[in-house]
Amino acid sequence: MLPEGNWISRAPSLKRKAILLAKVQDEAGHGLYLYSAAETLGTSREQTIDDLLSGKAKYSSIFNYPTLTWADIGAVGWLVDGAAIMNQVMLCRTSYGPYARAMVRICKEESFHQRQGYEIMAVLAKGTPGQKEMAQDALNRWWWPSLMMFGPTDANSPHSAESMKWKIKRQSNDELRQTFIDRTVQQAEVIGLTIPDPDLKWNEATQHYEWGTIDWAEFNNVVAGNGPCNKERLVARNKAHNDGAWVREAAMAHAAKKAERKAA
Amino acid sequence: MSDNPNNWPLWEVFIQSKRGLDHKHVGSLHAADAQMAIENARDVYTRRQEGQSIWVVPAEAISASQPDDAAMLFDPADDKTYRHPTFYTMPEGAKYI
Repeated sequence: MLPEGNWISRAPSLKRKAILLAKVQDEAGHGLYLYSAAETLGTSREQTIDDLLSGKAKYSSIFNYPTLTWADIGAVGWLVDGAAIMNQVMLCRTSYGPYARAMVRICKEESFHQRQGYEIMAVLAKGTPGQKEMAQDALNRWWWPSLMMFGPTDANSPHSAESMKWKIKRQSNDELRQTFIDRTVQQAEVIGLTIPDPDLKWNEATQHYEWGTIDWAEFNNVVAGNGPCNKERLVARNKAHNDGAWVREAAMAHAAKKAERKAA
Repeated sequence: MSDNPNNWPLWEVFIQSKRGLDHKHVGSLHAADAQMAIENARDVYTRRQEGQSIWVVPAEAISASQPDDAAMLFDPADDKTYRHPTFYTMPEGAKYI
């Protein structure tokens, strides 16, 4: 499971490995909750999975960035899961029941992900100069993609108006992005890391941070399938699916045989 | 639904959080048989001590009322306020009733 799965076998301690395994297991569960919610709309699980594997269905663009160092696992938890939580808390009140109930469960579990990530960053930032540099480098690479997770600006978001009308979304992309930035800048200060945005400044009048320009060309490029790992991710997902085909088949054959024996 | 025979059927999962409480619907999952459904439900829905008992039911075994039938089914209860204890006027001063 990527991108975090990349570091399970290379986690720096048994404790971190156990934590990362637990987080990745949660993420698999979150995928399942959402696919179950989608299934209630009437599409078969097979169809939804096929759409993912063929590239027809979108998945969160952030998964198309690589995790180059251990600090990336910290940055992913702190920033990526942090940004996801902003969206997910809002979606607990979404108008479609199965989606909202899935989100309630996800939110209960996601907070641990963000905290373990922030703790990794805090420990590295207090470590050797090399470790602190590694944490800063991860923050530098994940900051902007994390801001992009909230989607295009309200003015340029093609689906927002309709999603708001149906109360699928309850807060706008820009509102959520603002809250995320306001909270995260303070957290970075606490652990002595620098947000990689020279234009970032506090606005006393609005009581919010102002920030620089997001590279929307990069965002569109990754959404279009040309991010650093898009192809690799889909190849890995297809391989896992195809390699597991015989297991799914064998499990059904085994279940049929057991049912037959029971009937006899 | 697909008719691919290798697709695992859908199971609805009910978890009892504590002895003495009811089993509550928590979600669904696909599994080849009931035993696998229980094992998968353990992994998916009880990773944080949410349960001490699991029921799984084949989703196709559940019959559900239709939203369009709601009026027909539930309207009759609307005008029977005498089914609620607050409908009755108790004599002044009567205790424990």
